[in-house]
Amino acid sequence: MRPLTEAETRAVFEKLGKYIGENIQLLVDRPDGTYCFRLHRDRVYYLSEKLLKLAASVPRDSLVAPGTCFGKFTKSQKFRLSVTALDFLAPYAKYKVWVKPGSEQAFLYGNHVLKSGLGRITENTAQYQGVVVYSMADVPLGFGVAAKSTQECRKVDPLAIVVFHQADVGEYVRNEDTLT
Amino acid sequence: MGRKLDPSRKEKRGPGRKARKQRGAEVELARFLPPVKEQVSPQKEKHAVKAAGQAARGRSGFSDSNSKWLAPAKAKKIQSKGNHVELSSDGEVEESNWEMEEEDGSSEEEMVDDYGASSSEEEELLPIEKAALKQKSDSEEEEEEEEEEEEEEASESTSKQKMGQEEENPDLQLNLDIDEQFKLPTNEEPPDLHVIHQRIKGNLEVLQDFVVKREEGRTRQEYLAVLRRDMAAYYSYSDFLLTKLMDIFPLPELINFLEANEVPRPVTIRTNTLKTRRRDLAQALINRGVNLDPLGKWSKTGLVIYDSSVPIGATPEYLAGHYMLQGASSLLPVMALAPQENERILDMCCAPGGKTSYIAQLMKNTGMILANDSNAERLRSVVGNLHRLGVTNAVVSNCDGRQFPKVLGGFDRVLLDAPCSGTGVISKDPAVKTNKDEKDILRCAHLQKELILSAIDSVNAASETGGYIVYCTCSIMVEENEWVVDYALKKRNVRLVATGLDFGKEGFTRFKDRRFHPSLKSTRRFYPHTHNMDGFFIAKFKKFSNAIPQAQKEAATPSAVPDTVVEPPPKKKKLEGSKADKEQKLPQPALKKKRSLQSQRRPLKA
Repeated sequence: MRPLTEAETRAVFEKLGKYIGENIQLLVDRPDGTYCFRLHRDRVYYLSEKLLKLAASVPRDSLVAPGTCFGKFTKSQKFRLSVTALDFLAPYAKYKVWVKPGSEQAFLYGNHVLKSGLGRITENTAQYQGVVVYSMADVPLGFGVAAKSTQECRKVDPLAIVVFHQADVGEYVRNEDTLT
Repeated sequence: MGRKLDPSRKEKRGPGRKARKQRGAEVELARFLPPVKEQVSPQKEKHAVKAAGQAARGRSGFSDSNSKWLAPAKAKKIQSKGNHVELSSDGEVEESNWEMEEEDGSSEEEMVDDYGASSSEEEELLPIEKAALKQKSDSEEEEEEEEEEEEEEASESTSKQKMGQEEENPDLQLNLDIDEQFKLPTNEEPPDLHVIHQRIKGNLEVLQDFVVKREEGRTRQEYLAVLRRDMAAYYSYSDFLLTKLMDIFPLPELINFLEANEVPRPVTIRTNTLKTRRRDLAQALINRGVNLDPLGKWSKTGLVIYDSSVPIGATPEYLAGHYMLQGASSLLPVMALAPQENERILDMCCAPGGKTSYIAQLMKNTGMILANDSNAERLRSVVGNLHRLGVTNAVVSNCDGRQFPKVLGGFDRVLLDAPCSGTGVISKDPAVKTNKDEKDILRCAHLQKELILSAIDSVNAASETGGYIVYCTCSIMVEENEWVVDYALKKRNVRLVATGLDFGKEGFTRFKDRRFHPSLKSTRRFYPHTHNMDGFFIAKFKKFSNAIPQAQKEAATPSAVPDTVVEPPPKKKKLEGSKADKEQKLPQPALKKKRSLQSQRRPLKA
């Protein structure tokens, strides 16, 4: 387990910034203590400093997961955000998309969101903006990338994709093995 | 690549292999079976060959060692006599363990090659069809019989039973004449399940009121032996396990226990209070079409699911981490542990993570939890569950629990849900009924003893809010529960305290020839038939000193006999209040003497 290098930190924050903008500072300086990111076996973990002390004393081979996994670095050093970060992104999300109840299941299976399933969308969403997807009951379902800006979403036909799927909570059941 | 097959040019082909009427398996099998050689002795081999290759023998004579007394068919004879007899033997041969000695008893008329005989008559069913018909009726009987252990008496009675019953199938004349007449000595009734059940009930009645209802000249042991055999046959338990269970439970309770193990326990879920409230969750699930109820007065987060139109493990609420599928009995050890905020907790055997996440939710994500398990495969589900439920104060590790104080120590509380034989969760895993034996139980017990010592050593007795260890198993065996707890009491500076659970049966303080420390009354046992949850055992220790006592022999003091010192066990134990503290302070000074007395006693007793 080691702290992130400059380049890695930049990659992670860039990715996070796509979804939560400048609120990253809120992730690091929380009222209940300072939190930090650590790298362990190509995965980025988010944990408080208190937990860091405990995690550091566990032998490296036996350590499986210190804190919450945010995502992992691929072989080509790109950072991929995983659904386990959803709990932290959701409260600070700048651009949100609400999905109709009928299309909830479809999104949870890993499909993209179509115009027919779109309930609400935040104003001024740019195209290719990172968005967090919610159900109509305000339960976060996952995140994705807006395929169309808000203006375009109004004009486009019902079967067009409006949000590209990136991660959803259904992965807890579908990909349980690959979370770690 | 060119096509080699030119569809316009069809070759002329003769009748296919299956086009002609099959002359019976004899021809087919003749190709596969070794020709005409005498088979080597192992009984099974013979039987297998016989069963499969009856037809292969043909009329020239039988090739195996039975050729002395087994001569080829006199076709006519068989038709009349052999029918029901053959059928019975056929059935018996299907179960491959039949004794060979009975074949000598086979009479002459049955020695026929059925395939040979029957193929001479056109209107008969083809032999292979007959075999199929016979197989069907046999497999139905076999299903019943598979439930029972294949004891000799059972097998004998089968033959008798079949002999009687098969007269209604005159068409089925099959094969396997050799083993037809199993004249096994029988003094037993047929192993019909219904009959066995009646017998069990009758037996129990007698045993309840033995003096009055006994048969003259029969001992209680005989009745018990018959009862044990019947119950093993009816419920499919191994004899070993059943003997153990008969030691733990009185007889009427034993039947309830066995019956309860046949039925699954209700599905229960635990609300994740980090993300939602039980009320809201119940409402959301009811909207989805789930029929549920709160679990009971003792739990504020549990819900029991009666039925559901959607899969409970895949609702959007589940995926959002609002609840966790967990057995009701798994809520109890965490309630006993009572973790406080900002403590350091160790969960030594955490997979799949239900208890760990409950601890985290009780601590409201403060403090630190080290979730450990020695099985890397199962740790995946721990990580998944912890992330899904939004637990942020946990570190997951993959160490062997026995390494513990060395890896990391000084925890405030430790939860040890030790790996066990699983005799309390038979309803989830019926294989436990037969695959556990003495060695398994002792091996589990040994591992549990090592783990509990490690757990105790990992706790800091001087912690202000903590110093507690909760040991629990999902087993009802005394070797894994009270014995381990007693061992820990002797080896370390710990004492048992009240678990805080006011329901459940108290643990044993004595069992057969063992005597345990009297404070074992504060441990709790839960059973499927009394509490409708999985069998469980929970013990809570408080560590009062960090020092590890060396094995020492103390002089036996003629102090007051320990057993009488203990006050009569209160039926309900509330949370540690003054009462509990008092009763701990009292026995404590006498503890050392008690222990030494006990340790002195044992060698004498041996």
